[in-house]
Amino acid sequence: MSVTDDSVLVTSPTTGAVWEVVIGLEVHAELHTATKLFCACPNSFGDEPNTNVCPVCLGLPGSLPVLNRRAVELAMRLGRALGCTVNDSTFARKNYFYPDMPKDYQVSQYDEPVNTDGVLELPDGSRVGIERAHMEEDTGKNTHAGGGGRIHDADYSLIDYNRAGVPLVEIVGRPDIRSAEQAKAYVEELRGVLLATGASDAKMEEGSLRVDANVSVRPAGSTELGTRCEIKNLNSLRSLGRAIDYEARRQIDLLESGERIRQETRHWDEEGGRTRPGRSKEEAEDYRYFQEPDLVPLEPDADWLAAVDASLPALPAQRRARLAAAAGVAPGDVALHVARGLDGLALAAIEAGGDPSRVLNHVEHNLAVEGAEALDPTHLAELVRLEADGALTATQAKTVLANMVGSGRSPGDIAAERGFEAMDTGALEAAVDELIAAKPDEWAEFCGDDERKRGKLTGFFVGQVMKATKGQADGKAVTALLDARRDAARG
Amino acid sequence: MSTSHGTATAVDIAAAVRAGERSAVEVLEPYLAAIEARDAELHAFNLVTADEARDAAAALDRRVAAGEDPGPLAGVPVALKDNLCTRGVPTTCSSRILEGWRPPYDATVVARLTAAGAVSVGKTNLDEFAMGSSTENSAFGPTRNPHDPTRVPGGSSGGSAAAVAAGFAPVALGSDTGGSIRQPAALCGVVGVKPTYGLVSRYGLVAFASSLDQIGPFATTVRDAALLLEVIAGHDPCDSTSIPQPAPGLVDVLDRGVEGLRVGVIAELTGEGIAPDVARRVTEAAEALERAGATVGEASVPAAALGLSAYYLIAPAEASSNLARYDGVRYGLRVDARTTGEMMEASRTAGFGDEVKRRIMLGTYALSAGYRDAYYGKALRVRTLIARDFAAAYERFDVLLSPTSPTTAFPIGDKAADPLSMYLNDVCTIPTNLVGDAAMSVPFGTGDDGLPVGVQVLAPALGEVPMFRVGAALEAAAPGAAAVRPDGEEQP
Ligand SMILES: [Zn+2]
Repeated sequence: MSVTDDSVLVTSPTTGAVWEVVIGLEVHAELHTATKLFCACPNSFGDEPNTNVCPVCLGLPGSLPVLNRRAVELAMRLGRALGCTVNDSTFARKNYFYPDMPKDYQVSQYDEPVNTDGVLELPDGSRVGIERAHMEEDTGKNTHAGGGGRIHDADYSLIDYNRAGVPLVEIVGRPDIRSAEQAKAYVEELRGVLLATGASDAKMEEGSLRVDANVSVRPAGSTELGTRCEIKNLNSLRSLGRAIDYEARRQIDLLESGERIRQETRHWDEEGGRTRPGRSKEEAEDYRYFQEPDLVPLEPDADWLAAVDASLPALPAQRRARLAAAAGVAPGDVALHVARGLDGLALAAIEAGGDPSRVLNHVEHNLAVEGAEALDPTHLAELVRLEADGALTATQAKTVLANMVGSGRSPGDIAAERGFEAMDTGALEAAVDELIAAKPDEWAEFCGDDERKRGKLTGFFVGQVMKATKGQADGKAVTALLDARRDAARG
Repeated sequence: MSTSHGTATAVDIAAAVRAGERSAVEVLEPYLAAIEARDAELHAFNLVTADEARDAAAALDRRVAAGEDPGPLAGVPVALKDNLCTRGVPTTCSSRILEGWRPPYDATVVARLTAAGAVSVGKTNLDEFAMGSSTENSAFGPTRNPHDPTRVPGGSSGGSAAAVAAGFAPVALGSDTGGSIRQPAALCGVVGVKPTYGLVSRYGLVAFASSLDQIGPFATTVRDAALLLEVIAGHDPCDSTSIPQPAPGLVDVLDRGVEGLRVGVIAELTGEGIAPDVARRVTEAAEALERAGATVGEASVPAAALGLSAYYLIAPAEASSNLARYDGVRYGLRVDARTTGEMMEASRTAGFGDEVKRRIMLGTYALSAGYRDAYYGKALRVRTLIARDFAAAYERFDVLLSPTSPTTAFPIGDKAADPLSMYLNDVCTIPTNLVGDAAMSVPFGTGDDGLPVGVQVLAPALGEVPMFRVGAALEAAAPGAAAVRPDGEEQP
C-alpha cells in the first residue's frame, strides 16, 4: 500500500545518496459526545477549570467507570468509514504516574481494540493503511507557573481536570507515508472523515485533533525499516510538515556521518524550527497493561452495527469519486470542492446541465465564500449556460455569481438588472480596431518578435478594450481577436 | 451478650420501629452505650458517629410519627467498614494515606441502607486497604476479638465482625476480596456473607482488587443477613459489573428447609492444613444437614488448592494499579519534596504500611514486561481452571461445604511477622472470589479452645437461595453457639 513514487525520495546534497523517508502517523481525536467517556460530566472545551468534574473523572476512591454508548457509536462509525473491521473489544489499564492523570492509569483499548485493519485513500489516489482506531480517555491539563512553563523548574503547577475522561479515538496509521506533503494530505483527509462521520470536530488549534509522527529513513530501495523517532507537540499541519522535513534531514545527516539513530521521543520546537530529544525508549515506562476489571467486554450486536452502517454519510473519497465521474476529471482535481463541502452543489449543477469544467472552475475559484453551499444548483447551471452561450462575459459571470450568493436570485434577473449583455462580434471588432489605430507604437511592438513584450502588451490592450466597453467585452474573445489581427499584420 | 439489646435482631427492630412500638432513638442508645463501654478495649471502630446517628434516629422517629414507613431496616443500627464511602464522613481504609479525606458521595450500599431506614453508628477498622486476615495491618492499631481480646478478630473486615459480635450494632457491612467477610465472621462467631460477584454494587467501595471485591453483610442471624443483603443487592447503573437483575428474595426462603438439596463436602478443603477440631465441626454440620433431609456427598474441586497462589498474583496486580491514585496530588497525605515524582514517592512511602507496600511490589512485578505472562497470565489461566472445577462440582451438588477458616482465632502478633502463614488463612475462602460465586460463613459450635468455628456454605453464581436455605438449617442445628463474655466479667 506504500507509495514509492520517485518524486518523494530525498537526494542528499552532500553525498548524492538517495534516501526514502518513512512516516507513520498516530492521530488522537476527541470524540464529539455530550458527556465524557466514563461519566456524565459535560465534554466541553474552554470552561472554567475543574468545573466539569465528578468522583469518576477525578478518580476518587470508590468511583467506577460506565462506558458512554455514544462514544462507542462514534468510534464504530469512524471505524466503518475507514474500512476497518469492527471487533468485540475490551479496555485495559495503562499504568504510569503523572499528576494530570487522576487514577495514575489511563483506561485505553490495548490488545483488543474496537477497530482494526482499515485504509484511508488520499485525493491523489495513494492509500495509507490504518492499523487500528481505538478508544481511550483523555488526561487533564497541567499549567506550570515559573521555570519557563516546564514541570521540572516550575514554582508550582495547576491542574485542570475538565479534559480528564474526555473520549478520544486514537487512529494508528501504518508507515505507508513517504513525504511531509503526503503526511499533511493524510491528516487533512482523516480530518474530512472525522467531520463527515460526526466523530469529532477535529480542531487542531483546540487540541481536539493531535498528531504524533513516527519518522525514519532508509536507503532508497531498502525494504527494512530504519530506527524511528516519535515526534510530539505538532500543533498544526505546518508544524507537521516542517517537523518531518527537519527530522528526515537530521536522521540522514546522522547516518551519513556514520552515526546511528537513537529510538526516542522528540519534541517539535516551532520557534527553533527543530526537534529536541525527550524520553528515550530504553528508559521508557513499562505500562503494565492489564484488562480493566471495572468494565465489561464490549460486544456490539448485529443490530447495533447495522444501525451504525445505516448512519454512515458519504465520505470524502466517495464524494470525490462521484463528482469526478460526473465532471469527467480525476478525483484529485475535485479535492478542494469536496474539502469545502461544495461538491454537492457542483454535482447538482452539472446534473442540471451546467458545463462541468465551468461549474468546477466557478466553485473552485469564485465560491470560497460563506453561504456558497446554499446556492441553488439550477441557478449555477443557468449561469454557466449564459456564459457558454456568450450572453455573459467571464467577468460579468463572476459579478453575477457574487450577487447570487446569499440573495437566492437567478443569474438572468441579476444580469438584466445590471444591464449585462455580451457584445456582438461586430461591435467588439470595431472597438479593437479603434484601439489599434489609436496606439500605433504599442501595436507595432505587439506585432514584433519579443514574446515577453507581447505578453505584457496583451494585458494592456485587453484592459483598454474593457475600459472602452465598460467591461462588457469578453476578455478571451478580445485576446483571440488581437492575435488574429497580429497574424494578419505579420502576413 | 446479656445486655437488653444484645439479642434483638434487625428483623425485630425494624418491625417494632415500623409499627411505632419502639422509637429509633430508644433502639440506638444501648448500642452507643455498649460502644462507649467497650470499644476502647476492642477498637472495632475507627470513627463512631454518635451525634449523626442520634440525629438520623430522631429524624426517623419523626417520619414514623408522621405516618411514613422508613423502610425494611427502620431504626436498625449498622456499622460500616471504613472502606465504604460516606458523604462528608472520613473514610480512611485504615491508612495514613487517606488522612483527612472526606468523600463527596455515598457508596451505593450506604445510600440503599439509608433509604431503607438504617442508622449508621460509625466506620469500622480493617486491615489497611482490606489487605490482611487479622485487622492487625491497620494504621490505627489492631481490633481485638470480643470472645478473647488477646486474639485477632480475623480480617480484613475485623472491625465489622467484632462490632456485631460485641453487640455494638446488630448488623454491619464488610467487603470480601479473598475471605475478608467470611473469615472474621467465623472467628467472631457471627454470620458473614460474600454475595455473587456483581450482585451488590461496588460503587463507593474503595477498591482493593476490582475483579474480586464484593460487599456483604454481617449479622447475628442468617435471617438478618438475608434482610440486609436484600436491601443492598440489585442492579446499579453506576457499576458496570453489576448484574442487571433485581435483588433476590431471601428472607422468604429461609423456612423452606433443605429437603432434597444436594450438599457436597469439598475434600480438598477438609484435610491437610485444617485444624482437626474445625474439620470435625464441618463433618457434624454435614451430618446435621443430612438429618434435615439433604443428601450429602463428597465433592472434589482439585484446582481449589491452586487458588491461593493465583490469588496472590491477581489481587496484588489489580491492587498495584488501584492504589496508584494515592499520590499526594489531589487528596490525602502529601509529603512535600523537590519534584512531583519525589513528592509522590515520599507521600506513598510515608502513607502506606508494610503489607500494602509488599502487595504493591508483588503486583507491580507480576505485571511487568517480561514477567507478565509467567505470573499474571498464568494466574488468570489457573482462575479459569478453578472455575471449571467448581462448575463440574455444581453439576452434582446444589451447594458445597468447607471450613471457613483453617483454625479458630489466633493470638494477636502470632502471624504478623510471617505473611505466608497469614495468607494460608484464606485457603478455603479465596477460590470463591476467584470464580465470582457466592459463599457464607455460619457459626457452628466452637473449637477445642472454646472459640467460635464457622462453616462455609458455597454456592454457584446467583445461588444465594439454596445457600441461605442451608445457612438457616445450619444455624438451627448449631451446637450452642459461643456466648460472648458479658462486659466486666472474667474470661473463663
Ligand atoms: Zn466526571
